[in-house]
Amino acid sequence: MTNLSFDDALTRFEPTLGLEVHVELNTATKVFCACPTSFGSEPNTNVCPVCLGLPGSLPTLNEKAVESIIRIGLALNCQIAPWSRMARKNYFYPDMPKDFQISQYDEPICFDGYLDVLVPDQDGSTTVRIGIERVHLEEDTGKLTHAGGSTGRIHGADYSLVDYNRAGIPLVEIVTKVIDGTKHAAPLVAKAYVSALRDLVRNLGVSDVRMEEGSLRCDANLSLKPIGSETLGTRTETKNVNSLRSVERAVRSEMVRQAAVLDSGQKVRQETRHFQESDGSTSPGRSKEQAEEYRYFPEPDLLPIAPDAAWVAKLKSELPEAPAAKRERLQAAWGISDFEMISVINSGGIDLVEKTIAAGCDQAAARKWWMGELSRIANELDQELESLSISPKQVAEVESLIQSGTLNDKLARVVIAAVINGEGSPAEIVANQNLAVVSDDTALLAAIDVAITQSPDVVAKIKEGKLQAAGAVIGAVMKATKGQADAAKVRQLLFERLGVSE
Amino acid sequence: MSNLSRAELENLAKLARINLTDEELTIFGSQLGLILDSVAKVQEVVNDSIVPMSHALPMTNVFRPDVVGQSLSNSEALAAAPSTQDHRFKVPRILDEE
Amino acid sequence: MTDLTKLTAVEIATGIKSGDFSAVAVTKAHLDRISRIDSKINAFLHVDTEGALSQAKLVDEKRDAGKALGDLAGVPVAVKDIFTQKGVPTTAGSKILEGWIPPYDSTVVSRMKQADMVLLGKVNMDEFAMGSSTENSGYGPTRNPWDLDRIPGGSSGGSSAAVAGFMSSLAVGTDTGGSIRQPAAVTGTVGVKPTYGGVSRYGMIALASSLDQAGPFARTVLDAALLHKVMGGHDHHDSTSISAPVPPIVEAAKSLDLKGMKIGVVKELSGEGYQAGVLSLFQDSVAILKDLGAQIVEVSCPSFEYALAAYYLIQPSECSSNLARFDGMRYGMRVAEGNAGVEEVMSATRAAGFGAEVKRRIMIGTYALSSGYYDAYYGSAQKVRTLIAQDYAKAFQKADVLISPTSPVTAFKIGEKTNDPMAMYLNDICTIPVNLAGIGGMSLPIGLDPADSLPVGLQVMSPVMQDDRMYRVGGALEAALLNHWGAPLLDRAQQL
Ligand SMILES: [Mg+2]
Ligand SMILES: [Zn+2]
Repeated sequence: MTNLSFDDALTRFEPTLGLEVHVELNTATKVFCACPTSFGSEPNTNVCPVCLGLPGSLPTLNEKAVESIIRIGLALNCQIAPWSRMARKNYFYPDMPKDFQISQYDEPICFDGYLDVLVPDQDGSTTVRIGIERVHLEEDTGKLTHAGGSTGRIHGADYSLVDYNRAGIPLVEIVTKVIDGTKHAAPLVAKAYVSALRDLVRNLGVSDVRMEEGSLRCDANLSLKPIGSETLGTRTETKNVNSLRSVERAVRSEMVRQAAVLDSGQKVRQETRHFQESDGSTSPGRSKEQAEEYRYFPEPDLLPIAPDAAWVAKLKSELPEAPAAKRERLQAAWGISDFEMISVINSGGIDLVEKTIAAGCDQAAARKWWMGELSRIANELDQELESLSISPKQVAEVESLIQSGTLNDKLARVVIAAVINGEGSPAEIVANQNLAVVSDDTALLAAIDVAITQSPDVVAKIKEGKLQAAGAVIGAVMKATKGQADAAKVRQLLFERLGVSE
Repeated sequence: MSNLSRAELENLAKLARINLTDEELTIFGSQLGLILDSVAKVQEVVNDSIVPMSHALPMTNVFRPDVVGQSLSNSEALAAAPSTQDHRFKVPRILDEE
Repeated sequence: MTDLTKLTAVEIATGIKSGDFSAVAVTKAHLDRISRIDSKINAFLHVDTEGALSQAKLVDEKRDAGKALGDLAGVPVAVKDIFTQKGVPTTAGSKILEGWIPPYDSTVVSRMKQADMVLLGKVNMDEFAMGSSTENSGYGPTRNPWDLDRIPGGSSGGSSAAVAGFMSSLAVGTDTGGSIRQPAAVTGTVGVKPTYGGVSRYGMIALASSLDQAGPFARTVLDAALLHKVMGGHDHHDSTSISAPVPPIVEAAKSLDLKGMKIGVVKELSGEGYQAGVLSLFQDSVAILKDLGAQIVEVSCPSFEYALAAYYLIQPSECSSNLARFDGMRYGMRVAEGNAGVEEVMSATRAAGFGAEVKRRIMIGTYALSSGYYDAYYGSAQKVRTLIAQDYAKAFQKADVLISPTSPVTAFKIGEKTNDPMAMYLNDICTIPVNLAGIGGMSLPIGLDPADSLPVGLQVMSPVMQDDRMYRVGGALEAALLNHWGAPLLDRAQQL
């Protein structure tokens, strides 16, 4: 089989994308029982007759989960069904206690919406509208650990162990319409969509959306067709792509792989594929050529969901500002380019910057701190920006200390490090550690006099008009004052002392 | 009179996760064919304007408040399990994916 | 000395309250009878001697301390083995659940405990409630106390036999297509299927979720009403439970007044296939009801012709899904361990653990829900359900309650119909429409068929949450019949 490069592939084929994202809601209890949803509990302790599927048990629907999915649907510009039902999806699997999943079939709670996402390109960025087919509610499965054998993977395992703590945690499944016409940008579009969806859900406060803990999981459907063709190609579904970077890589490598298959005259097999985190490739899973037989039917143990218009209107009125709208508003207010805006968004610090500005900081300075020094520290600590222990208000305070001349840039970094280190507020740190810029002329003049006596040669050169030699003396003064002096001020005072002018 | 074909029956049994013996396949083939012929009668009276009834009572929106209740202990949860290990249910190896 | 097992529930409760006898004495009398005669009947799968006696002791202590007692305090009750009871084996009549001890109480069980009732143990049933004869139990058939060669009805045959055999004053059963009313009819007892949603299904092992309903067995209409009241009412564990108080059924059972009541005779529930004695006794009862001041009208429910077909699609479909969980992974039987993969273990376990009728119905349900057949089978059946509900709605405009025979035939011989599933299914022809519409239905004994000297039942049907109407009719008819007979019908059963 020939190996085509990504660019080669795109000269002959164009991709069609479809993305299915599962989001775990952060309700206090599971979707159909009153067990807690806490992550990391001892195995099989957040379980009860209902979520273990014990004979005789019955589900009851969590109101908060219904409210949360309606809010997600509204934020995705969806229609909210005035009447919908839960359905049973029947298939046998040991991680599913009832051997059916309570989900939704042809009557999802939310349908027909869209999400505008910002995709970076050479000129900055383009807005791509991703159609949302449906948003439905379902239950998560238990967690399998494959044991015995050597790999810890499902293949070759001797047996598996099941923890049902996760079984019954509410999941919202968000399915896009067919995404066409993205061409070479398909991997970036996929990544931008998942990223935008994550921001939107986080902004609603209905999920922790931690991809690394599996509270947001993505399945990517992809097919290729010859450029200009009307008919869709055979698609594959790459399962559980669980980081933003992986979404991009999975789509990219599947495009390259399918192009090579088609190029060599073979057919793409309809199958699920697994993403390999190690090298970014996908590997074959179960064939889906035989249609699934899930025997869906309306869940008789749960009654139809018929949200009344007033409730939906109320939830709509209470929605927070949408990330896209907020982005546009802030970009205009700050007067910055698309490129600069994307770097703010990608840093995950948009809210932090906004709050810092609200606390009185200049917008450029706010961005400078969060995108620069604070991003660097976050990186170093392997933390998210928002989990750094410094508040937007404190960042604004540091900047105001610079503006008033109390701190210079270098001292500000020391103060920031001390705040993150839990040593107090910026003002306290400046006071306690005696970090303010030295601006008392007497002290400075004394230090300058000492330096002058210590470097008669240099002083002579300066007096001769070789002003560039002043650096050595200024350096000595700065050293003596532990960097707390303002270098410009030292220079000015030195020249005054020596009676030279610039 | 439609007997279910052996292949159809075997496929149903696989979907339902029930191993059937040769004898059962033979008996069920004719019995199920007979039953299905008889229940197909429902198709005689229905039309597109009739709303299907999935629930006995026309109730909607029965919800539970999101308040944590009592769970089982690990030993209660595992008490009836045919096999356990490390506080988990032990199940045979999974050959087929998904 | 009085035979405590021959008393009604009301008489037992009254006697305990007044100190005529103790709850322990009542319990012992029933436990004695069980150990004496149940080897012939096979009603009980598990007798909870210890639990029953300690509960009875608590009742006596409560009484001695002058504390308030429930209406049925100290009254023994047999529980169909489909209800979970914490710490007590529960099998649903299936080998696949042999030895399973549930960690929780069903709502019905916990309400009976709260009402100070004495739970004697778990009684036999057709496996997972699939059947009309209790021959489909994984633990052997139950026999009819009237004739040990005959079936006690099903699927709640253990419940009907326990009450008819005076081994328990009361019993609970479940009714998905007639599984309370038909066994009541063929054993000369009273059995009630309340309005769907009137009694919680929590902890009741599901056959067909949209049809299943728990209800009482008793030897009198008033006793049934008292147990129904204890079991019933809203339960937040069951989403389909109706959020309203139990209708005034106890008052209705005592009323004995039918003046002004309109009673509809369902035209479609008679004729060919009905035993002559069943039809003639039914006509006798219609005459009695008229004498009692009721107005008799004829109503027609043309869609009932399709009820059996719709039922034998909806019930197997829901059951194929409900029974999927019995896969040998978390509880119950597991076979074919060794090196077998999970799919093979599940398939082998289900093959070994389920009986033939369960397998048949799971296969039918699996077929009816499959993508190519869903609309023609399951979808059409659900539409028939709508038509049947509409027929009832029209009929209830003409009549306050409807009546029919409960079962077209009296108790048949064990083994007579086991090889003919279709013939077996016809037993439920009169009872099934009630479940499909979700309304209430009661069966009460109206005499013995002169041809075989076996009990015949009459069915009273009432609209959703108007269960009091069927108790009013049942109570009045029962009183009139008792007056006519001079002694309860069950006194004519053989002595065991
Ligand atoms: Mg899903
Ligand atoms: Zn639970």
